[in-house]
Amino acid sequence: MKIWVLESILAATLLLAGAMSALAASTEAEFKAAYAAAEAANKEAGSLRNQWTTTAATLAAAKKAADSGDFDNAVAQAKEAEALAKASIFQATSEKERWKDLEIR
Amino acid sequence: MNARSAIPLASAALALLALAFVVPAATAADTVDPVADAKAFQKFFTDKFPKLKPEDFVNGPYSMNEDLHRQWEEKEQFPPYEFSLEAGKEMFTKPFKNGKSFEDCFPNKGIGIRQNYPYFDEKEGKVVTLELALNRCREASGEAPLSYVRDDMAALTAYMAFTSRGKPMDIKLPNDPRALEAYQQGKEYFYTRRGQLNFSCATCHVQSPGERIRAEVLAPALGILNAMPIYRSEWSGMGTTSRRFTTCNSQIRGVPLDPQADEYRDLEYYLSYVSNGLPISGPGARP
Amino acid sequence: MASTIRVRATSNGDTTEVQALIQHPMDSGFVKDAKGDIIPAHFIQELTFEYDGKAVFVADWGGGVSKDPYVKFAFKGGKKGDDLKVSWVDNKGATDTTTAKIQ
Repeated sequence: MKIWVLESILAATLLLAGAMSALAASTEAEFKAAYAAAEAANKEAGSLRNQWTTTAATLAAAKKAADSGDFDNAVAQAKEAEALAKASIFQATSEKERWKDLEIR
Repeated sequence: MNARSAIPLASAALALLALAFVVPAATAADTVDPVADAKAFQKFFTDKFPKLKPEDFVNGPYSMNEDLHRQWEEKEQFPPYEFSLEAGKEMFTKPFKNGKSFEDCFPNKGIGIRQNYPYFDEKEGKVVTLELALNRCREASGEAPLSYVRDDMAALTAYMAFTSRGKPMDIKLPNDPRALEAYQQGKEYFYTRRGQLNFSCATCHVQSPGERIRAEVLAPALGILNAMPIYRSEWSGMGTTSRRFTTCNSQIRGVPLDPQADEYRDLEYYLSYVSNGLPISGPGARP
Repeated sequence: MASTIRVRATSNGDTTEVQALIQHPMDSGFVKDAKGDIIPAHFIQELTFEYDGKAVFVADWGGGVSKDPYVKFAFKGGKKGDDLKVSWVDNKGATDTTTAKIQ
């Protein structure tokens, strides 16, 4: 009985927290910043000759969401695109040495 | 795969691969020794597939799987690349607007020379592939270059490969530090993992020849360019080396570079060199 | 213009083995081009091999057969030096035919 009460309080608190963050919806300015960061990272990946196709696809999805006014989704996609781009940079950088692990000697 | 899980997955994949592969004992200073490389490369594959003769490797997946081999032998009596081959021969001898033809650009009118490509051009300081040489020939006569990934280029290289059938791959490495550098860059590219799927060329063609990726049987890296260009059933048509490099990149979710980018030219140089001695089998057919 | 049909027929006395490679786009009508438009259906509907005035092999094809189809079959009979006639008709009404000698 006690546990049930605690759980329901926890659930209510989480719901409230979720509702509060949803109220603070993303703005166009936030999207532009997130998108610029993602683009910059992808450009760096390009200079390392290691862009991923999924980065470009996610950037396009972010832009599409922003064009239709869904900035929450657009920001989320832009952040994902940045993460993908950063991962591709990490890959290119670490592979400068790691390629030797696969080399036939 | 969910993009969100990509990063931890990518890192995990990197870590796993590092562990899965035995790290060799610390080597001396990384000096470039292509002769030793080629020897080790060929030994790796002949050890892995002791029943195969060295020349069998140029048939890719057909030497890896008995059922495929049987089907391929039947098809070779009436190969699917015949149309492309005929078109290529016609194109090769047809005059450009200025009266010249491809025959004027190549030694021996282009016959029986494919095994010498790619080569390191010491004047330019770069690797020149057969496809690049063909387009340069066109441009020198005021003709527009052909796409590196479409049928016409494939038809031309099919014809040239056919006239060299049976000849051993014969790539030269001049005593020029730039040539060695190009070779080394090609080698590094071959083993470097890329794309969101974190594959290198070696992941499939060194670690897993004879095994399957989805429904395809993987070819060994040894002799892999000897059969180019290839009629691929999957493409319902002929494909050049450029087409294969670019599509492999996009299949592992890496944005492909331009067809004759330096990286690809160097890669072709390396892969061809380490297969020296194996016969040209092009044009080829593949599933 | 060169024939779209390559054919080779060999007889061992009892049976004749036939191989043919036909140049044809065999578009199913379901594939889109780079612009997103459907590539219209264009495929061989009937392929016939005739020996001694009779059909020894007839194929009724649809869009599921791949580009540049390859056919292999054997039939009882057929003598060296005799003719084997091959012809096809596609969904646009185009045709091609060729005659080869049995080897």
